[in-house]
Amino acid sequence: MTEELIIAGFGGQGVLSMGKILAYSGIMENKEVTWFPSYGPEMRGGTANVTVILSDTRISSPIVKHFDSAIILNQQSMDKFEKSVKPGGILLYDPNGVIHPPQRTDINIYKVDATVTAVEMGNPKVFNMIVFGSYLKIRPIVTLDNVEKGLQKSLPDRYHNTIPLNLDAIRKGQEIVELVQEV
Amino acid sequence: MSEIKLMKGNEVLAEAAIRCGCDGYFGYPITPQSEVMETLMMRRPWEETGMVVLQAESEVAAINMVYGAAGSGKKAMTSSSSPGISLMAEGISYLAGAELPCLIVNVTRGGPGLGTIQPSQADYFQAVKGGGHGDYKLIVLAPSSVQEMNDFVNLGFELAFKYRNPALILTDGALGQMMEKVELAEFKPRWTSEEINENWGSWATTGKPASRKKNVVSSLVMGSEEMEANNLRFQEKYRMMEEKEVRYEAFQCDDAEFVLVAFGTSSRVCQKSVQIARAKGLKVGLLRPITLFPFPKLVIKELARKVKGFMSVEMSAGQMVEDIKLSVYEAGSNARVNYFGRMGGIIPSPEEVVEALEEKFSWEISYGVKRSY
Repeated sequence: MTEELIIAGFGGQGVLSMGKILAYSGIMENKEVTWFPSYGPEMRGGTANVTVILSDTRISSPIVKHFDSAIILNQQSMDKFEKSVKPGGILLYDPNGVIHPPQRTDINIYKVDATVTAVEMGNPKVFNMIVFGSYLKIRPIVTLDNVEKGLQKSLPDRYHNTIPLNLDAIRKGQEIVELVQEV
Repeated sequence: MSEIKLMKGNEVLAEAAIRCGCDGYFGYPITPQSEVMETLMMRRPWEETGMVVLQAESEVAAINMVYGAAGSGKKAMTSSSSPGISLMAEGISYLAGAELPCLIVNVTRGGPGLGTIQPSQADYFQAVKGGGHGDYKLIVLAPSSVQEMNDFVNLGFELAFKYRNPALILTDGALGQMMEKVELAEFKPRWTSEEINENWGSWATTGKPASRKKNVVSSLVMGSEEMEANNLRFQEKYRMMEEKEVRYEAFQCDDAEFVLVAFGTSSRVCQKSVQIARAKGLKVGLLRPITLFPFPKLVIKELARKVKGFMSVEMSAGQMVEDIKLSVYEAGSNARVNYFGRMGGIIPSPEEVVEALEEKFSWEISYGVKRSY
């Protein structure tokens, strides 16, 4: 099993930390992992993206042209990465940040209303964990137990009291993800 | 049981330094390697092992602090990125001239000049051909994963002390910023004064006892004969490294007709290119030099006698390709040597590498080896 995933959105949406939690959860499953961020003179509100690779075998290139899955959280990222999903691959997006929905007919498309749901849950910061939950529903590559261990490893001690809230958000994301198109 | 962690390459360099018993780190921040000193400052190793961490006023000061610490037989380290390493070049030459062991890390970014902050391999010449003035070589290690970023800190120090020569880890912004699973090394205590005296007392400035002459650390020699003798001794040392310290990894080279040669980040890209090319029916392998000096000449010579061609894949305008050409020439082989690369901070994609291979070797792929040019 090798999963090559791109997570892309605005800086501040929790794109990089979502990737990090997935990577740590992968380690808990004894998988090989690579987390490769776009880095540059970035700032809050600018675009941010990270490539996460999980594999049962040694990982080769951190540079990926065609992804198995893409999580897309704003229009700029949709413009850039919709075309980078492999035929038959997965695209998950939040319609709140996307004006033009994806047009591809050869990929599986899912959406999650995470921005609104995060506000309903009373904490906009869990936005990324709702999206993460939706992704795990579609691609159950790590178990929730290992995600919990991943959270313990990747969050500093002072935030460990937020783990139950994060897990709730993940479960919520698993519930509310909608299938848009299946191929 | 050693610890498994998810860490950035830069963070791992810092952690590995603490764990291998490094005595002092002297540096100056520059993207994309600032996390090295940041991590050290956060870890506060001076409270744990007594290791000194110091932000110098410039790269020039930092490398001269390394010189001072190394002269007393301590494990001293610095890290920087391309423009910063250029500033250190004079000091590195002095370290090599005074035969001092130390570890330098270059987390390369795109150049020339201030360039970009994205990853590059364009400092290959600077790393393996000297970089500063005079006839000297550094031991150059090229990690290709975060795990190797960890492993090569200890290895770099070991080789540096074995040969009394600076060692350099040549890596890039991608490996510095990337997080991967890493198995951290066990803690090794720092050397005691007695251990330093016993092991390095013949040259290090450890305080002169009545029983021996004073040790002088200097790269200045006034007489030409004496300086030439020094140079001959250095050259002998470099030959010894070429004989004993070559490290490389060969990946599907056994039946290969074409061999990609790449180090560091571009070697990771090429691993996937090999898979893509093989799926297309092309017999492609990958040779990954781990030591860039000493360069794995012998294995290239051996491969040159049976393959149709090599393609050096670099994040530069083509620097390592010259060393491959020299090796192929020494083997008296007709194998053709090509180069493909991207510059300015761009990492080539695995697909791009395969396309370049098919284009550059279209004759050999269709007809076999050209016997004359």
